[in-house]
Amino acid sequence: MGPIVGVLFDGFAYGMLLFLLSVGLSVTLGMMNFVNLAHCAFAMLGGYVTVTLMNQMGWPFFATLPASFLAAAVASIFLERALYRRLYRAGELDQVLLTIGLAFISVAVAAYIFGTIQQPIQTPSYLRGSIQIGGITFGVYRMFLVATGLAVALILVLTLEYTRFGAQVRAAVDNQRMARGLGINVEGAFAITFALGSGLAGLGGSLAIEIVGLDPSFAFIYLVYVLIVVSVGGLGSIGGSFAAAVLIGISDIAGKYYVPQLGAFLIYLVMVAVLMWRPQGLFGKR
Amino acid sequence: MTAALSTRGLNKRFGSLIVASDIAISLPRGVRYALIGPNGAGKTTLINLMTGMLKPDGGQIFLGDEDITRLEPQHRVQRGLVRTFQINTLFPDLSALESVTLAICERDGIAPTWWRGLSSYGAATDEAFEILKSLNLVNDCYRPTRELAYGQQRLLEIALGLAAKPSVLLLDEPAAGVPKDESQGLFTAIAGLSRDITILFIEHDMDVVFRFASRIIVMVGGRILLEGTPQEIAEDPRVREVYLGSRHG
Amino acid sequence: MIATTGTALTPHAYLQARSRWGVIEIAFWLATLLPFFLFPNYLSLASQIAITALFALSLDLILGYAGIVSLGHAAFFGLGAYAAGIFSKFVWGEPLSGLVVAAVVAGVVGYATSFIIARFRHLTLIMITLGLGFLVHELANSAHFITGGADGLQGVRIWPIFNYFRFDLYGYTAYSYSLVVLFLTFLVARRLINSPFGLALRGIRENPNRMPAIGASSRAHIRKIYTISATIAGIAGGLLAQTTETVSLGSIDFQRSADVVVMLVLGGVGKLYGGLLGAIIFMVARDQFSGLNPQFWYFPIGVLLVAVVMFLPGGILGGLSRLLAGIRGRRP
Repeated sequence: MGPIVGVLFDGFAYGMLLFLLSVGLSVTLGMMNFVNLAHCAFAMLGGYVTVTLMNQMGWPFFATLPASFLAAAVASIFLERALYRRLYRAGELDQVLLTIGLAFISVAVAAYIFGTIQQPIQTPSYLRGSIQIGGITFGVYRMFLVATGLAVALILVLTLEYTRFGAQVRAAVDNQRMARGLGINVEGAFAITFALGSGLAGLGGSLAIEIVGLDPSFAFIYLVYVLIVVSVGGLGSIGGSFAAAVLIGISDIAGKYYVPQLGAFLIYLVMVAVLMWRPQGLFGKR
Repeated sequence: MTAALSTRGLNKRFGSLIVASDIAISLPRGVRYALIGPNGAGKTTLINLMTGMLKPDGGQIFLGDEDITRLEPQHRVQRGLVRTFQINTLFPDLSALESVTLAICERDGIAPTWWRGLSSYGAATDEAFEILKSLNLVNDCYRPTRELAYGQQRLLEIALGLAAKPSVLLLDEPAAGVPKDESQGLFTAIAGLSRDITILFIEHDMDVVFRFASRIIVMVGGRILLEGTPQEIAEDPRVREVYLGSRHG
Repeated sequence: MIATTGTALTPHAYLQARSRWGVIEIAFWLATLLPFFLFPNYLSLASQIAITALFALSLDLILGYAGIVSLGHAAFFGLGAYAAGIFSKFVWGEPLSGLVVAAVVAGVVGYATSFIIARFRHLTLIMITLGLGFLVHELANSAHFITGGADGLQGVRIWPIFNYFRFDLYGYTAYSYSLVVLFLTFLVARRLINSPFGLALRGIRENPNRMPAIGASSRAHIRKIYTISATIAGIAGGLLAQTTETVSLGSIDFQRSADVVVMLVLGGVGKLYGGLLGAIIFMVARDQFSGLNPQFWYFPIGVLLVAVVMFLPGGILGGLSRLLAGIRGRRP
């Protein structure tokens, strides 16, 4: 019993991390159908901001989190204005190439500035260690991750359901032409969503360091996970991303725990199987 | 004699919106039909249902005697039920000659052949050339489609339809976006097509409809309101009310 | 480029002109012989370039001609490489039969997955190719007992070709062998492009939605070209295994899938020669900068990709043909 609960808990915590990393991409993809393979470069930026602020400037861990959110959001606004904007109507090949090019550049720049080694960080002492409940060990940091993931999911759902901006985003995801017809500034709403989504990815990147480490390959390794979550969950669906992130997180941890010889095989299998069964993803409409 | 194309009790709804309700039509061979009705009446939807681009919720479609309700769109085309599109959906980078040759290759089942050069199939190219000639497109047939004038692209739509050797040709607003003086020429070309082809066209311009159609179907709100000769349609008070009335009033 | 001289051109002459061999084409293939005389010390590199060019050609058939964006094409390259390597290790080292085995294994897997590929488009298709690519990579990684896993497949021994041409240290035989296979496969691909099937593929690329309305079964076409492309990728992989006498996980990983897309895009998509040109430039550049930290190598690649998308649609060949058209257009 013990190991199962532990694996489920670790998988769920890992799923929350994947959720933070992927939810922004899911919503922007649903709005604009823009294939942004540089999404995890923004997450990586967030991670490096946290590392730099903590290790060079002596900031406390929590203070770096808003900074990494902001840094990723600002960088994404800049790129959206300069490059992405021109390719909204282009084919997916051009979008893939441009954004994979940006991801390549981010990897090289990160390697140049920080080297290719894993970045060490010292999380605050109250986030370290673990507590025992009923004979099962729960890592404190993972509990913190779960809390953060749930809080972000709640905030996002509330924003989307109950604010004017949320209504615009939902309309744009549902039917872009109709949204335009209703006088909604789809481009404006998209730019803001894009920045928020990248910011969340940046936050996810900071929170990920303790769990998976940080080196320049982050932009690609986690891109694969994020794409899997997005396509399994369905474009433009926060609930879908959440469910898919949990499913992939638990599958990955459970797979590595129980059948280590399969490696990451299991999650690719889950993805291909889900997409065969529902090409639009578990919760996607299209 | 069996109709060239007929439907029985065709139904389709999108959520709560009913776009086709109990549609029963029967097009005799060789007749020129116009399908008219106000915007949103379900005219294009009907073409989509008949050609298999949409799946009906209920009802049947017959091409001659054959029930084609469950067939994929391409298999309906192979049996002679062919359509064109309201908005140009062509192959921008292919020349007009290549586009029509492609349609002929697909019709004749030679498109899967990859070990012989296209130049070994001179007959297909010749036939494409003849079709383009009949529609007066020969002068620009080597240029990429995207370089053609808009009116020429509308004609190429029809050329692609003809290449499939249709028994029934469904034209969705063939003159959409074409200036009025050119649209007469376009319909003259349509009127000149072989009498073996049954034609149904959607058109908003009443002058054109009354001039080129031998029979007219009026659709409103996903239903067939009326079917008859141009004379009957012009005199029917209901048509005036729902269609002509709303346009001219 | 075809001169558009209006009605003077008959349809037959037009078609023949489209498939005729140009001077530049002939010059290109003659130039592939130059390394024997000019760079005899670089024949191993030349052989790798020819193999990579063949791989890029296989991708061009699906990406450039049928519009299928694949981020997992290395799966077939790797399958071919492992098939040829394992075959030589456990059956015999005769190279030509080994190459056939590589082609058949990749082709069969390509045919099986083509039923999945043909059902999807857009993002889902990219994801599926990516997922299948990782799946095969993980499979090769976990099947350590037969593939050697992360250590690579050792003990590959290839017999001389026709029991006569020994694979030498300088890569003389390797380059000759790779070049002949590349050229023969290119001839097949070129014929395919100029066939009715090639025309149908271009139709799918230009407007997949229109294809059913002209009576075409796009899915059958896509299954066929995907299988052919996988087969060619497998041949390329088999060549690499035989000429280097080893197979590593690098032959099947995401990096290789991404690299080949980069080469093709750089050279020009949908032009048959784009992949060849891109492979030459990419491989020579990588060889020149081989002393660099591999992660720095991403920088120029990334900048190139952004630049091609933003400023040079159609890649180098696209740019060249526009330049040529411009010069011709200005002539009186």
